[in-house]
Amino acid sequence: MKVVVCVKQVPDTSGKVAVNANGTLDRASMATITNPDDLAAVECALQMKDANSDVEVVVVTMGPPPAEGMLRELLARGADKAVLVSAREFGGSDTFATSQILAAAVNKVGVGKGDIVLCGRQAIDGDTAQVGPQIAEKLNLPQITYAADIKLEGDSVVVKRMLEDGYMTLKAQTPCLITCLKELNEPRYMSVSGIFECYSKPMEVYDYEALKDDPLIEKDTIGLLGSPTNVYKSFTPPQKGAGTMVEDAAALVGILNAKHLI
Amino acid sequence: MAEFNSKDTAAFSGVWVFCEQRDGVMQSISYQLLSEGRKLADDLGTELCGVVLGSNVDPSYLKALGGYGADKVLYANSPLLKDYTTDAYTKVICDLVEEKKPEVFLIGATNIGRDLGPRCAARLHTGLTADATHLDVDTGKYIEFLKNSSTIDVENTKFEETTNLKMTRPAFGGHLMATIICPRFRPQMSTVRPGVMQTQEYDAAGAEKCVVEEVPVALTADDIKVQILEIVKSTKKMVDLIGADVIVSVGRGISADPEKGIALAEELAGALGGVVGASRAVVDAGWMSADHQVGQTGKTVHPRIYVALGISGAIQHTAGMQDSETIIAVNKNDSAPIFGVATYGIVGDLFKVVPQMIAEIKAVNASK
Repeated sequence: MKVVVCVKQVPDTSGKVAVNANGTLDRASMATITNPDDLAAVECALQMKDANSDVEVVVVTMGPPPAEGMLRELLARGADKAVLVSAREFGGSDTFATSQILAAAVNKVGVGKGDIVLCGRQAIDGDTAQVGPQIAEKLNLPQITYAADIKLEGDSVVVKRMLEDGYMTLKAQTPCLITCLKELNEPRYMSVSGIFECYSKPMEVYDYEALKDDPLIEKDTIGLLGSPTNVYKSFTPPQKGAGTMVEDAAALVGILNAKHLI
Repeated sequence: MAEFNSKDTAAFSGVWVFCEQRDGVMQSISYQLLSEGRKLADDLGTELCGVVLGSNVDPSYLKALGGYGADKVLYANSPLLKDYTTDAYTKVICDLVEEKKPEVFLIGATNIGRDLGPRCAARLHTGLTADATHLDVDTGKYIEFLKNSSTIDVENTKFEETTNLKMTRPAFGGHLMATIICPRFRPQMSTVRPGVMQTQEYDAAGAEKCVVEEVPVALTADDIKVQILEIVKSTKKMVDLIGADVIVSVGRGISADPEKGIALAEELAGALGGVVGASRAVVDAGWMSADHQVGQTGKTVHPRIYVALGISGAIQHTAGMQDSETIIAVNKNDSAPIFGVATYGIVGDLFKVVPQMIAEIKAVNASK
């Protein structure tokens, strides 16, 4: 049984965020991390492997060549194989374009009966939550999003799928695609032996040549120019700056009272 | 079925809103989206259509959508549509879109809408913007919006006059705003964050005029690959941030003693008659549950009074609260960006300032 996990390397937006003069994100100066929801998906796959040694965990990412570092880390945590999807032609892809490319990559890895594709619910840089369902659609797989618990039952999965006001328990036959919440588990650390082994584990690079003939790839809807959605303008909001600084709590409550706000 | 080609942009017209029901109850996001969709449809000189999928939905709910702006309601009625499943809803919606070809299609960014939207967009071969917080078709109105909401030098910037839907959303954890367009494909799809768009005053005449059309549903049980075993409503009372009059939110500033910081916020909220919210950092740290989160990835709120305690004010957070009527910020750092959106600011340690605020408010209340 194969578990393919799609992961993304993201700038750590919870820390200090650097913005270039032209308003774009200064990615070079920011620390990168494995997207938190994706890490939960990797951990989920590793737990399936813990329970059943026949499980092969394959991690797949699309990104620039330095994303290899993240993949090595995931191999050190226990993944068996890594795939880096990287090509100039893929750069600047929106979610529609990205999902085509990743779907083609997952196809090349091969997903058959009994296999599972896991993704994080959403990445902290874009927060779109779109790529998982779009990959599922391209691969014609059933999808379950917002997973907070995943149980394997024979050739089915039973998933607790979170809603705002509760949850649904859903059942699907494998192969299927599930997007994971970081609440799903507590990711393990890399082990010392894992770190030793991670450089001898297989790491493949899928470039444009490797994927371009997959029927899922439409050459005119990938990359920055082909993506259906385009950034029309990007900007930083102005500081309102109209606020009044108040000396202390007494002064504040005085104002609120005078304005009948309390 | 008519030929469908998402690139044939000229063949598409009309604004559609997916009106989400759960358990037969229309979700408030549907009214927010119709109210916003009404403005877009007026600017485009076209029809606004609500799309409802369900099983024996109370007809009064369907007519009522007209009271929030819908000219027309397309209603797909089938026992297979009673509860949301990705497969059934995607199929019915995509069949309708392929037949009727709307140019704009809005979906609420709920946990259901964010499952449905991308699946539909991928099938329809079009783009999808996630979690928009502002929408324009009219270029003039968009320029006005930028004047108030951006640092762009609008006077010296060229804008192409088009009626493409301009979908603005926070990006990169909310540190930037981006306006997204989908010029080459239709429908132009966006999910829209709950709580952002204002619901218009209910218009009884609009409801009266609204035409409800029941559409044929070509669906069999075999189309649904994911089976619902059970649906469980949370027994824990979720905090109602969106409906709250006063919200007291805590941020990373409570990290010295999270328990005490939250207790102080609760006490202050109690004194002001409000509820407690939190920044993403607090929820990520596990100090409070996700239903408390205000911001781009949490809830968008506009209470009468919003108090930000120890919240630095990254756009991630301010995107969700900056339209509150009165904003009070307490932060140790006098250059914290939160002071840029605050009506009143106090520079100081929340662990010292908040007890004083509580005492002062209690004194004022006692004197009334």
